[in-house]
Amino acid sequence: MLHEELGGLGLTVITVALDKSVDDARPWIEAARPSHPSLIDTRHVLGELYHVVNVPTVVWIDERGRIARPNDVAFGTDTFTHITGLRSARSLAALRGWVRGEWPGFTDAEIRRLQRLPTADDQQARAEFALGEWLFRHGRAEAAARHFARAGALAPHDFTIRRGTMSMRGVDPMGPEFRQMVGEWTAGGRSYYEPLPDTRG
Amino acid sequence: MSAEDFTLIDGETTSQVSARHLDELAARGDRPLAVDREERVACLGLAAAARSAALASLEAPDFALPDLVGRTHRLSDHRGGKVLLVAWASW
Repeated sequence: MLHEELGGLGLTVITVALDKSVDDARPWIEAARPSHPSLIDTRHVLGELYHVVNVPTVVWIDERGRIARPNDVAFGTDTFTHITGLRSARSLAALRGWVRGEWPGFTDAEIRRLQRLPTADDQQARAEFALGEWLFRHGRAEAAARHFARAGALAPHDFTIRRGTMSMRGVDPMGPEFRQMVGEWTAGGRSYYEPLPDTRG
Repeated sequence: MSAEDFTLIDGETTSQVSARHLDELAARGDRPLAVDREERVACLGLAAAARSAALASLEAPDFALPDLVGRTHRLSDHRGGKVLLVAWASW
């Protein structure tokens, strides 16, 4: 497996589940039996720190703790290519080249050009989400739902909110409400996933 | 705790503040503020300018999050090696 090969070359994979509970993420992690840190982020702390608006999102971080490649959509396999249209081979090849030291990485200027940064509405949406998550955790699901709705209206492109809060509202995130949401989103000419433009890395 | 008090969430910190203090925070407007007046809870977020500047510095923000058995892991534990950070979800 690629990640085991790259692990031997000093790459650490850290996965972070933006899930409402450990129980939601557990079956997936246990099935994968990973040897790397598999963390749970119920408050979407990582989401705010890195401006993550959908999953999966991958970030490359170098030995000095600096962002080497900013947020991108990347799948480790082609299991979902028939749905997403995204193939894994290019991003895996790029990752291998970087880890092996065959490719030095982007310049700082290139990384900044590729970064998407949050707006005031994004940050207000995250405050509404955090309030909703606190209310949900304290048994006030109805109040929580109002704040999730506000958050989703402020940041309609943030699917960590719009899809990520569905199960806290008793809605199936794989079901008809989700499909309708994606249908409306893509009908406007937008993409549900926004990978980085085809770049050298 | 006074009936006037709100629970204010600010990152990892939770405190009790007066309604008046909350109004002052809202009026200042320098940070995003979500309020539920009925439930008497509010949440302060980080301003977009601050978050954007932090990301544009290219320093990968550190974090401390638990694994399945509750052990805390930090990004900074892995300084000195390359890291592939993957955000995912069961949804």
